[in-house]
Amino acid sequence: MARSSFISLEGVRKVYRGRREDFLAVSDVTFDVQAGELVAMVGPSGCGKTTVLKILAGLHSHEEGTVRIGSQADSFDPAKDIGMVFQQPLLLKWRRVIDNVLLPAEILGIPKGEARERAGHLLEMVGLSGFEQSYPYELSGGMQQRAAIARALVHDPKLILMDEPFGALDALTREKMNLELLRIWGESGKTIVFVTHGIQEAVFLGSRVVVLTAGPAKMADNFLVDLPHPRGLDLKTTEAFGDYTRRIYKLLGME
Amino acid sequence: MDDGREKLRKWVLIIVMHLLAVLAWQAWITLGEVEPYIMPAPLDTFATLLEYKEYRWVHNTMITAASVFGGFWLAVVVGVTLAVLFSWSRWLNDAFMPLIVSLNMIPKVALGPIFIVWFSYGLGPNILIAFSICFLPILITTTRGLGEVEPELIDLVRTLRASRWQIFTKIQLPGALPFIFSGMKVAVVLAVAGAIVGEFIASEEGLGYLMMQVQVTLDTAGMFMAVLMITAVGVMLYAIVLLLERLLVVSDARME
Repeated sequence: MARSSFISLEGVRKVYRGRREDFLAVSDVTFDVQAGELVAMVGPSGCGKTTVLKILAGLHSHEEGTVRIGSQADSFDPAKDIGMVFQQPLLLKWRRVIDNVLLPAEILGIPKGEARERAGHLLEMVGLSGFEQSYPYELSGGMQQRAAIARALVHDPKLILMDEPFGALDALTREKMNLELLRIWGESGKTIVFVTHGIQEAVFLGSRVVVLTAGPAKMADNFLVDLPHPRGLDLKTTEAFGDYTRRIYKLLGME
Repeated sequence: MDDGREKLRKWVLIIVMHLLAVLAWQAWITLGEVEPYIMPAPLDTFATLLEYKEYRWVHNTMITAASVFGGFWLAVVVGVTLAVLFSWSRWLNDAFMPLIVSLNMIPKVALGPIFIVWFSYGLGPNILIAFSICFLPILITTTRGLGEVEPELIDLVRTLRASRWQIFTKIQLPGALPFIFSGMKVAVVLAVAGAIVGEFIASEEGLGYLMMQVQVTLDTAGMFMAVLMITAVGVMLYAIVLLLERLLVVSDARME
């Protein structure tokens, strides 16, 4: 099982060296992700979920444990196979939407024609066709985040890392984007690791949920969400959905 | 269409307000019976333009424009270059920035007599005075602008193994442009002041020198016309900067 999984974290520990004292950001995190899974990592602020994400992205080192991405079936090139989406869209305001989406392709030196065609398809997939030539400030917050998702996909990476991507959106837009993300995930077949502090969001999106607790930051649970796809908003009123969310609330000491 | 009408309204307002200012000036002189050597009327002032032999307007204005433009663009090149170097090397920044700030405290006017000793009279020292007085705002705003990159954006491109040069050309420099332009707008005013001060003390031509000449004969009208020409040079440079900004910076990112 461990051999065939796409991502495998084992006993990962990360300490931030402070000036006065060290801060244990992540302690003993262990979980596997299969190729094509959407893993939701949920926990309160300060539980180190963003740190785990950055370790996966290769932006942070870790002191103990092993992190392996890629398997014999799915090779993984850390320079080309990561797409990132953050809470802020982080679009370059002097670039048109299409040119924002093309940024990773430019950096990686992907041939222009090929990249443009792909960017066009992606903008269509995220529902932004017709806005290729717009500037970011002409788009709403939700639309900007869609553009950021298209940018994360443009170089066809195998792994998408999302750090509370819908955290800055209003509740209604957020629901809508959740549905969109599930559709995009279904269409693209990418492996996604999605960090959130929204418990409902985690259960609704995740095919697997990893629960982290704060103080000290450590892993509390890791389970498959056995709810059918495609998922619609009515899923949230079902008993099974309620059971999963209650399970997480309990782990986080809120019940 | 509304956009065009808005633009027209703006331009009409600009022209009307300038004309009104001239009218108010004329009205004050006529109604207040002000002596012409204290304050000349606009028409008397403009009349000096016809006496070319005495004032050599074109020549003197070109000379002043050369010091202003020369000092200003030199400041842009040096200011931006230094800011880029400082953003690349923290060590350079920490070593030189405090020194530059200290040096900036020197009253630039006091350099005039020293520049005369070093470079004699002429365009060179004036360009240097204009440069020295206006380069710091450009350096400071550019440094600030180059530092204004969201750390998460850097994370994003680091996962793609972007080179430092790519980060600089694709993210840092275009992101700093609005800051550079806001520094340039401040610098225009300073460059004009610097060039004129230079001409007061270290020149044998130019509008500043002309003012000193005609002051002796209480030719207030000539002095006023010189001031207007100096202002026109500044306005022209400002307009060029605005035009460049319009071409290079997306409207949303401009710092108005």
